[in-house]
Amino acid sequence: MDGELIRVRDLVVRIGDRVIASVPELDVGAGECVAIVGESGSGKTTTLLSVLGLVGDDRETGARDVDISGEIAVCGVDVMTAGPGELRRIRGSRAALVMQSPQAALNPTMRLGTLMRRALARHGVKGVAGRSRAAEAVKAVLLDPEIMRRYPHQVSGGQAQRFAIAIALALGAEIVLADEPTSALDVTVQAEVVAVLRRLRDERGLAVLLVSHDLALVSTIADRVLVMRDGAVVESGPAAEVFDRPRDAYTRELVAAVPALPEFHASEVGETARAKEEL
Amino acid sequence: MTGRETGSAVLGAHRVTLAYGATAVVHEVSLTVDAGGVGLIGESGSGKTTLARALLGLLRPRSGTIRYGSRDLAALDRTGRAEFRRAVQPVFQDGSEALDPRMTAAASIGEALTTHHRIGRDRRRARVAELLDDVGLDPALADRRPHQMSGGQRQRVAIARALAVEPRLLVLDEPTSALDVTVQARILDLLERLAAERSLGHLLITHNLGVVDRLCRTSHVLFAGRVVESGPTRDLLVRPAHPYTLALRDAVPRLGGEPPRASGRTEAAPAETGCPFRLRCPLAADRCREEAPEDREVAGRRVACHRAEDVLERAGHAQRQ
Repeated sequence: MDGELIRVRDLVVRIGDRVIASVPELDVGAGECVAIVGESGSGKTTTLLSVLGLVGDDRETGARDVDISGEIAVCGVDVMTAGPGELRRIRGSRAALVMQSPQAALNPTMRLGTLMRRALARHGVKGVAGRSRAAEAVKAVLLDPEIMRRYPHQVSGGQAQRFAIAIALALGAEIVLADEPTSALDVTVQAEVVAVLRRLRDERGLAVLLVSHDLALVSTIADRVLVMRDGAVVESGPAAEVFDRPRDAYTRELVAAVPALPEFHASEVGETARAKEEL
Repeated sequence: MTGRETGSAVLGAHRVTLAYGATAVVHEVSLTVDAGGVGLIGESGSGKTTLARALLGLLRPRSGTIRYGSRDLAALDRTGRAEFRRAVQPVFQDGSEALDPRMTAAASIGEALTTHHRIGRDRRRARVAELLDDVGLDPALADRRPHQMSGGQRQRVAIARALAVEPRLLVLDEPTSALDVTVQARILDLLERLAAERSLGHLLITHNLGVVDRLCRTSHVLFAGRVVESGPTRDLLVRPAHPYTLALRDAVPRLGGEPPRASGRTEAAPAETGCPFRLRCPLAADRCREEAPEDREVAGRRVACHRAEDVLERAGHAQRQ
């Protein structure tokens, strides 16, 4: 292993004859944020779920004819061959999934503190050690400890999202996989969630795999990006390069579609970035 | 029909207070909607959709009046109300909600055509084709039902249906926030073209400042049910005078821009006394705790903030950096 927490090679997901996601290469290292951007139906979420071994035939949902091939390793574990127990252990502690609406993921009948305590207990962390870990994680996402006494419906969307990240941290997550984590949030709240993710990446070396349709948002956090369309990766590279000098026509269309605020027209953005490089 | 009103204001709210039960959610809001396009900016819980409902005549104000032209909406007779419902057309976030799932695009648009005018079958077919063309839809989509269309196509059909009755005003509530970015850009192009080609006014309700800048000459910023700043959209965005407008502007992620900063106070509830924004405000002073700011004129706009001059100073400074 060369420090990659997520390593994907030649991933192809098919439903019947149709390729719904095809990703030749995807690596995420510690302290790095990689984003997959694209519109509905681009295969970005399928890619993210594949990484956690959540894509395949499913007796419960009746999904059939799903075929997945390629290499996927998460924290050194081969996801393609790992047993259900091993996959659950990875998903439970080392790699955490953060979804669009966190409130739906939190049991509404329990206080947040109880939810946190149970999650920790399931991983064998109890008593004083559990309490101090919980308190530390809540602080790391800039939440008031008082929040532990509340029920999920008593907190806002941004607070619930940050709490979901706090649970992941308390369980010792090295990777956060986030699927449109801020799309349901107000812009000021969204900024706060992104700022928290950035801090965790910079200060704790958290690896972040982010899926989003919001290019401007992605550009404020991602180190590298993959642009997907109709299941294929049309462009990938360092975020600044891809957004500043998109090579692919579709990426250019996406960049042009970002509504600009008056004092920051798209033409000036490149200049700002270049001016920064010169400094 | 009385014909076009003199003056440009089609719709106006005058000191409107709106409540659900005992809880007032919009407080003494005044605004007018004219041909230049008016933006109503605010986040969830700001009261913007409630205000839109009142402006559409769907919610009666607890106090204050909604005026259609020069007439009080509450005092309109049957004919007046019918004329109002034709002239002021809503377009909501999700086009599929406005469309009957069993009806084809052509049938949905055709239905709107016959609701307000008697129209022959041939004329009706021709108008449907024209309207589909107006909103940039392939005539081949005329026979599709909502579930056979994409989100962007459904939103276009909803707009065509609204245009069918030749309205004077569109009330657009987050018309593009459920759409992919490239689709959003095309719907904005369409709305911009419609506003320019017809003397069609619009009230655009959104939390997306970039969208407002494209479509609205004037904007109002709503916080906790109160208009905290109103004025020319460009001025508001380039140099906000209210700290909430400034916070909204600075939270918008910019392509290649500086990453947003976290204050940790973003989700504080509006204050019960003094200025409602003070618990989130980086400039809050003693006066803000004691006295709710009155609406006043500063730098060419209306703003309700004791420290508007300092905010202007900050906003100008941040921009020069």
